[in-house]
Amino acid sequence: MDAFIHISSSLFLLIGSFLCLSGGIGILRFPDFYTRMHAVGVTETLATAMILIGLILYNPDFLVDVKLVIILLMTLFISPTAGHALANAAMLNDKMQKDDNKQNSEVKSSTS
Amino acid sequence: MKDLLAVAMLLSIYGLLSASFFVAMDAVDVAFTEASVGAGISTLLMLVAISMTGRAEHPSRHKPLLALAVVIVTGSLLIYGTLDMPYFGSAEAPIHQHIAPRYINDSMQEIGVPNIVTSVLASYRAFDTFGEVVVIFTAGMGVLALLSVVRRSPVDIAKIVLFNDAMHERHLILRIVTKIMIPFILLFAFYVQFHGDFGPGGGFQAGVIFASAIFVYTMLFGMNTARRVINQSFIQVLAAIGVLLYGCVGVVSLFNGKKFFDYSALAIDPVAGQHLGILFIELGVGLTVASVMVIIFFNFAGRNETPRNSDKQDL
Repeated sequence: MDAFIHISSSLFLLIGSFLCLSGGIGILRFPDFYTRMHAVGVTETLATAMILIGLILYNPDFLVDVKLVIILLMTLFISPTAGHALANAAMLNDKMQKDDNKQNSEVKSSTS
Repeated sequence: MKDLLAVAMLLSIYGLLSASFFVAMDAVDVAFTEASVGAGISTLLMLVAISMTGRAEHPSRHKPLLALAVVIVTGSLLIYGTLDMPYFGSAEAPIHQHIAPRYINDSMQEIGVPNIVTSVLASYRAFDTFGEVVVIFTAGMGVLALLSVVRRSPVDIAKIVLFNDAMHERHLILRIVTKIMIPFILLFAFYVQFHGDFGPGGGFQAGVIFASAIFVYTMLFGMNTARRVINQSFIQVLAAIGVLLYGCVGVVSLFNGKKFFDYSALAIDPVAGQHLGILFIELGVGLTVASVMVIIFFNFAGRNETPRNSDKQDL
């Protein structure tokens, strides 16, 4: 039983670290902002959840487990929201810049 | 680096990294403070200031060489000074001769608080902490004196409702999630406040966390809504009450025939008196820190919003 718990917790930790690493590679390799956002936003939530589950399995102390579960719930709420806020802000910014460009070109065409 | 926003974010990352090396050196309380103040609230305040003043740095007219020379000379003098200091972790250092053993060996009998950092901060060195609280209070008063927003006309509720409806579409997900999170953030602040005797935490961190919940609310629901929730003059009174509470604990122990901030005079049993004193002092610290942070934020952000109020309502 003990060995089983140890192996499964290490498995969870390993998967979590792998996901973290792949997200980090994604943020460096993907071409534009939205794909990078996607790479980090998707992997980060799952990676944190995996690492926390691994730690919960690893730790026998009940109080620490409860705190870890609370942290897990918080991350599940917060990190997708943060990703959404970032992407939303980027989209609004993009739109505003496009509008500016359009206005500029209109002004140019009207003057010429 | 000319982009001030990037500078603020880098500073925040530096704060988080130094918090993690404080954890690696087993200074959990300091790490907690660094994470909440250095990485959290100071970055937020800086971002508010940047949104007020503009993102780009002004081109400087002075020559940087003189400043660089001054920095290099002072830096090398400081490094020369550290050569006289005992090596890091050396057992012969004066701090390990009489102060640290006293705290570690006797604080459990004298104060009875499991977290030694809290007993050092709030009881052995209460006078220092009092000074820190007064500094924070003075900073809040300074911001109030310099940037105080003049409330011209009371905003009518219909306008607030209109503004809220306009914002509601754009920030729907953020608003709902923060509405769920804010009670938990406030609860966590109270946990940190009253659990400071047993684990890392205390008045400073709790005040900052409490204030950050109010910041989030203000950012997503608008200045005017937040003003209706939190009364400006009430929060100024709270800041003063925090400092007063701290000072009064000292004065009470003075009247009971002991020294200033000697809490053993507060109850018949000296250890119970210490507990009571630390509780009151942390409460005073938390009140002052939270309300001063909220005062600073409101005055920064309110200044930003007043001129643009009219065109925001047009949205």
